[in-house]
Amino acid sequence: MYDSENVIVSQEHKRYLMGHKRKNSAISFSRFIILIFIFALWEIAAYKEWIDPFIMSQPSRIIKTMASMSKDGSILMHTGVTVYETIIGFVSGTVLGTMIAIALWWSDFLAKVLDPYLVVLNALPKTALGPIILVWIGGTTKSIIVMALLLSIVVTIINVFTGFSNCDEDKIKLLKTFGANKRQILRKVVFPAGIPTIISTLKINVGLSLVGVIVGEFLVSKSGLGHLIIYGGQVFKMDLVMTSVLILAIVAAILYLSVLWIEKKVLKMM
Amino acid sequence: MEKVVEIIDISMNYHTLDGETKAIQKLNLDVSNGEFVSIVGPSGCGKSTLLSIVSGILKPSVGKVMVNGKEVQGPSTSVGYMLQKDHLFEWRTIIKNITIGLEIQGKLNKETQGSIEKLLIEYGLYEFRNHYPRQLSGGMRQRAALIRTLATKPDILLLDEPFSALDYQTRIAISEEVWLILKKEKKTAILVTHDLAEAISMSDRIIVLTKRPAEIKSIHEIKLTCNNKTPITCREAPEFRFYFNTIWKELDIHV
Ligand SMILES: Nc1ncnc2c1ncn2[C@@H]1O[C@H](COP(=O)(O)OP(=O)(O)O)[C@@H](O)[C@H]1O
Ligand SMILES: [Mg+2]
Repeated sequence: MYDSENVIVSQEHKRYLMGHKRKNSAISFSRFIILIFIFALWEIAAYKEWIDPFIMSQPSRIIKTMASMSKDGSILMHTGVTVYETIIGFVSGTVLGTMIAIALWWSDFLAKVLDPYLVVLNALPKTALGPIILVWIGGTTKSIIVMALLLSIVVTIINVFTGFSNCDEDKIKLLKTFGANKRQILRKVVFPAGIPTIISTLKINVGLSLVGVIVGEFLVSKSGLGHLIIYGGQVFKMDLVMTSVLILAIVAAILYLSVLWIEKKVLKMM
Repeated sequence: MEKVVEIIDISMNYHTLDGETKAIQKLNLDVSNGEFVSIVGPSGCGKSTLLSIVSGILKPSVGKVMVNGKEVQGPSTSVGYMLQKDHLFEWRTIIKNITIGLEIQGKLNKETQGSIEKLLIEYGLYEFRNHYPRQLSGGMRQRAALIRTLATKPDILLLDEPFSALDYQTRIAISEEVWLILKKEKKTAILVTHDLAEAISMSDRIIVLTKRPAEIKSIHEIKLTCNNKTPITCREAPEFRFYFNTIWKELDIHV
């Protein structure tokens, strides 16, 4: 019934744990080596002029770009803008999407009526709406955030609504036997039981919002990593493009890991 | 004895796009105060439907149910319902799970909390009140589910195969325990089960239902000679086999 905490660990179990640890560090080590190898090869290939560093860029030039951009603070500004827009985008997408999912759960009629619209909206590549949004809202941060929201909201509605609908009928029956009304059923069982679904949607939404933000920044092109990438491409500064892409990869990883961390915390609390 | 449940001419039809399912047909049954009645019958014959109707969460197509002399219109506090699985909410502690009925009925106060604490102490769950359901064994979880049902102080308990998710040994132990608790708290109980031995050992009366649509096939008064009557001692009674064989034949199970 309980995890025994203070038990004496046998030699055999110790060996098993050691073996496990060794395998894990071998995996981490190999990952690291691959990264080093790619960058070293890239550097050497550019140095020996097997590839054209003007087109392909080069790690040392990327580092130089990073250093000079850190000095004037522009790297932090652009990264900050992208992160800010992404977070606003996916949080609002998740919250609004969840609210709409609640409405759909509440009214079976509404859910049935809106079903085909959701299917089409889900299948539509939302980035195609970019120019329309730009015209309607204007070339501002607002457009970018709307883009990010648009990408995540439909998936959220569909996933969370499915999660709510899959709530155990018997759990609902149990509350009904106590005389629960619809609002109580939502608050006491359907919503809490749906929290893991909402969080796993959050994980999908980080990536989707980032796509929305980058596309938005391509179009609006005032600031942010998306702007740097499109600008760098236009003026043929491949160092700037590569630097921005690299930072974007790091940002994406950090955002994703943060959501994973939140997921772990919340599920533990539940 | 005074009748606490009167099931009067109940019929129930389910309607789906695939057609109509007749689940219950003209069923009549009375249960007296303090009685322990078991309902057995082929699976899918309408036993759960019958309990749902008595509890008020389902309206019958025809007929009515009276509880304590009043017609059932919806879920009422005088009827408690225990389902097959414990359905404890994993995100709530045991105490929070147990108080959920009171919470819903807006009756969570010092006094009701006090009586729940008494129940927890009495039935050995007090130390575990701040644990989460996953930290408890299957038998303890079922006990917590029973206390959750008792917390709203119903006079009548409906038990829908409440032990069938448990392993054999736990099932016998927990059914003994539940029986003792129900007797001690002087509750009337209607138990649906597919375990004939369980039904015979626990009940004053066994109702055998026909195949769907459910009608009453026969009623058996269970009179076992055993001293210090509890479900486990009853299993040793000389008449046990007789009841078992009679009812088994009536269930008419073909494999
Ligand atoms: N909500 C429902 N809609 C349609 N048919 C149902 C519904 N619930 C139960 N039934 C049907 O009614 C019959 C009786 O069901 P139930 O009362 O659950 O049987 P039991 O508990 O005796 O196994 C079954 O044939 C079942 O398929
Ligand atoms: Mg059933």
